[in-house]
Amino acid sequence: MKTFPIGGVHPSENKLSRGVAIERLPLPDQVTIPLAQHIGAPATAQVAKGDKVLTGQLIAAASSFMSANIHSPISGVVTAVEPVLNGQGLRQMMITIKREGDEWLETIDRSPEIKYECNLTPAEIIAKIKEAGVVGMGGATFPTHVKLSVPPGRKAEYLIINGVECEPYLTSDHRTMLERGEELLVGVTILMRTLSVNEAYVGVENNKPDAISHLRELVAGNAHFKGIHITPLKVQYPQGGEKQLIAAVTGRQVPPPPALPIHVGAVVCNASTTVAVYEAVQKNKPLIERVVTLTGKCVKSPKNLLTRMGTPISALIEAAGGVPEELGKVVNGGPMMGRAIVNLQAPVTKGCSGVTLFAEQEALRKEPSACIKCAKCVSACPMGLEPYLLSKYSRKRNWEAMEQNDITSCIECGCCQFTCPANIPLLDYVRQGKQIVMGFIRARDAAEGPKK
Amino acid sequence: MTNKLIVAPAPHVHGSDSTRRIMRDVILALMPAFAVSLWVFGLDVLRVTAIAILSCMLVEWLIQKFLFKEPSTLGNLSAVVTGLLLSFNLPASIPWWIVVIGAVVAIGIAKMSFGGLGKNPFNPALVGRVFLLIAYPVQMTSFPAVERPALDALSGATPLAAVKFGVAADMVPVENLLLGLMPGSLGEVAAVALLAGFVYLLWRKVITWHIPVAVLGTMALFAAVYGAFSFATPHEVFSFTLFHLLAGGAILGAVYMATDYATSPMTTKGAVIYAVGIGVITMCIRLWGAYPEGMSFAILIMNAVTPLLNKYVKPKRFGKK
Amino acid sequence: MENLLLITILTLCVLGVLAAVILYFVAQKFKVEEDPRIDEVEKMLPGANCGGCGFAGCRGMADALVKREDISELFCPVGGGDVMKSCAAYLGKAAPEKEPQVATVRCGGTCSKRTRTSRYDGARSCAVSMGLYVGETDCAFGCLGYGDCVAVCKFGAIRVNPETQIAEVDPDKCTACGACVRACPRHMIEIRKKWPKNRAVYVGCMSKEKGAVVMKACKAGCIGCGKCVKVCPFGAITIEGNLAYIDSQKCKLCRKCVNECPTGAIKLENMEPLPKEPKPAPAAPKQ
Repeated sequence: MKTFPIGGVHPSENKLSRGVAIERLPLPDQVTIPLAQHIGAPATAQVAKGDKVLTGQLIAAASSFMSANIHSPISGVVTAVEPVLNGQGLRQMMITIKREGDEWLETIDRSPEIKYECNLTPAEIIAKIKEAGVVGMGGATFPTHVKLSVPPGRKAEYLIINGVECEPYLTSDHRTMLERGEELLVGVTILMRTLSVNEAYVGVENNKPDAISHLRELVAGNAHFKGIHITPLKVQYPQGGEKQLIAAVTGRQVPPPPALPIHVGAVVCNASTTVAVYEAVQKNKPLIERVVTLTGKCVKSPKNLLTRMGTPISALIEAAGGVPEELGKVVNGGPMMGRAIVNLQAPVTKGCSGVTLFAEQEALRKEPSACIKCAKCVSACPMGLEPYLLSKYSRKRNWEAMEQNDITSCIECGCCQFTCPANIPLLDYVRQGKQIVMGFIRARDAAEGPKK
Repeated sequence: MTNKLIVAPAPHVHGSDSTRRIMRDVILALMPAFAVSLWVFGLDVLRVTAIAILSCMLVEWLIQKFLFKEPSTLGNLSAVVTGLLLSFNLPASIPWWIVVIGAVVAIGIAKMSFGGLGKNPFNPALVGRVFLLIAYPVQMTSFPAVERPALDALSGATPLAAVKFGVAADMVPVENLLLGLMPGSLGEVAAVALLAGFVYLLWRKVITWHIPVAVLGTMALFAAVYGAFSFATPHEVFSFTLFHLLAGGAILGAVYMATDYATSPMTTKGAVIYAVGIGVITMCIRLWGAYPEGMSFAILIMNAVTPLLNKYVKPKRFGKK
Repeated sequence: MENLLLITILTLCVLGVLAAVILYFVAQKFKVEEDPRIDEVEKMLPGANCGGCGFAGCRGMADALVKREDISELFCPVGGGDVMKSCAAYLGKAAPEKEPQVATVRCGGTCSKRTRTSRYDGARSCAVSMGLYVGETDCAFGCLGYGDCVAVCKFGAIRVNPETQIAEVDPDKCTACGACVRACPRHMIEIRKKWPKNRAVYVGCMSKEKGAVVMKACKAGCIGCGKCVKVCPFGAITIEGNLAYIDSQKCKLCRKCVNECPTGAIKLENMEPLPKEPKPAPAAPKQ
């Protein structure tokens, strides 16, 4: 079984909602859409208070190449364009829309039939994806059109579809692969056409045998899907990390930053994102809804909910049986990399693959004790770093030493902290130091920039 | 919902590992050897072990309570492990007060004076043992006769010491070495039981195979090469090599002492270098040094090298040439 | 036996001489020509290596003091005027002068004033908490209370008061080196003029939110009402982004603003407040 070369852990999978079919969440009465819900520059609002908008209408435009369009997920009236509290309790620019019915833009094809043929040129496809505001839906929210625009001098050799979903609890990609497998595979053919590659690999963690066999059957049964391979991967976290996935499938290791996957000829696209690409190119449908897993051991009925962007997270919790009595922590995302939130009115965004609820007892961390130098963090690190050392340097504010010890390679997967027998918050410190070092590097690059 | 929401950075789940669980596994892994020792040397084993463990715990508790003024960490069982390992390095006949002195040196000097668990540069149990070996050489090297009918010729001296002073290596039958029917410290006698504990530790992922295998492998290679130059028949070379692997604290040291977390390198590459160093130094001391047994000194010497290895031997970074 | 002794002694002597020769040549090769006055000036400096002067350590400061023509920009906050005077006298340059300063924590949101709305369970570090979310209270500007400033203070001059959960400066120990200012992720510690007897008047709030938002999160916040600006006779108070700021260079400690502030955001230290109203005649003491 293929897997990545170093490190990794195996947390309890807890895929509670794996067998629950995707369900459509009732439309919310009001949505709040952050202008920054992707990596890069925030989008620029194109509407003002009082404007009427239709479902799928552009409401904020990409402000630069590294940015993404945002569309209205419902039809109604814009009631405000102002800072609103986000999940972290901080004010962030958002567009608030009050719903009136659900009237879609006419150009969007809402018929259920699947369109296989695509005769557009790569440039046209990328333009359509950019127009639809598609970003990576696995959590990193990297604008997809940027990823597909291969820089001059580079050539894509491998297209890898990320259907790994290695985060415990989350099942949105799993259900998408099962229920929308055909659209996913058409999306793959479109991406293959865009990158002019003849082969594509769909990496799926081996704890989803139903998805693997389903996709294999679809590929075998349709000549249109020639060249697509379904690759089962070992159940090991972080198998779905972009660099880990590339290494598992191709055996090639992406060099440390600033190198990107394209340096080893790989382009990785998340499974849900690939479906969004299909919809954008074949159906003219912008990215306005996504499947969100609402899960947790304390949740009455864990669900996979097809949710419009901007829906408050509280509405999802309500749909899954209401707020649990013993609720302690709400995490936007999975338990390994998700962000804890304090404001349940915070909206679902493009990168929100799930919301995981923890009871108070599960949520509280264990008391940290002295480091026993067991080196478990070193052997768990999938990037070959020394988390104990980086954490120590971060606490001592020794940023130079952190940079020398390759802090920029850290993918913040959390393996070190997960495995630490002394419960030391290794990643808390490492992540904080990494942000500071990255700041220094950006400032240095900016200072050196003009000289070139 | 009546509670205030809890907020912490990711990850929000934690593995089942804890310091206490690791220490408990080490204790469990040492139990087979303890049982064999009890069978070979009788109830004295219980006496020495109990004194060693209790005095180690007491010293740690006293220092944390009155010097550090911090909450006690006896619950993580590390003092028990140190006590157990210390007792495994002592002869069964040793007077109780020497055991207590050993515990004071092990915990008080080698562990707590550096700040406690995880901060000690040298293996505490070994520092205790070496201190006693130098301070009380007579008591530390007079071993009680084995209670089981075996090895009359060698009672009183360990096989290593006997060989050092002129007995041929194949005098001691391999079965006796494996089962522990020979004089020696509590824990060094039963190779089979120690290896059973090793398998348990591997299964529980407490340690990796690298250090024990590299230490014993280096010793075997060294002994074989040395033997090839000194003996005529392959049989003699073979029994000489096997003897060095099974006699003395080779297995106890390689599996339980050299793998001590705080004093062994953090990276696999560093650990292998460290382990090879231990193997070479042990054999040098055994073959050319004044002591019949070199494991303790070898480990302590390589403990001193560990910080250097941590500094200069880095793991292979992902994607770096 | 005698032979052995001789050999041992001779070997050791030869080794010693050899080592000395090697050391000599190495020292020659790596010798750095340096102004000897740098060493002398370094000795005069306090040796705290706190970085308060802007250099990485006292050595850097000494180097600059010796090499620069004009040292009026250089100042050692730890040693203060006396040390600068002696350094300047030694170097024959004009001594830089600076009035004493002290670090001030600009937050008054004690536990009773700011209710906690969440429980932070991550690493005990302000920077980590700050990178994660708004904090245990709803105020995104105030003191987090995990003591990043305490960790960097080399003089034990700052502590987090366990009752208020806010950092407190001990003005007698503070040298105004600025380490806490740099460490505080919320940038709420300021180096201000140090008044005699540790007196001070300052705005104990950093929130640039609108008044209503401030009031919701904290009962002691500045709501930017501007009453203090109107009452200040010295023009020392300015309002920017809903937040008042008192310039310690212009303030004369008249304390009029303190009484005017509706939320008590303006802090007064080691001084009695002005009487609220014109003093009523003291009642005759009852027998």
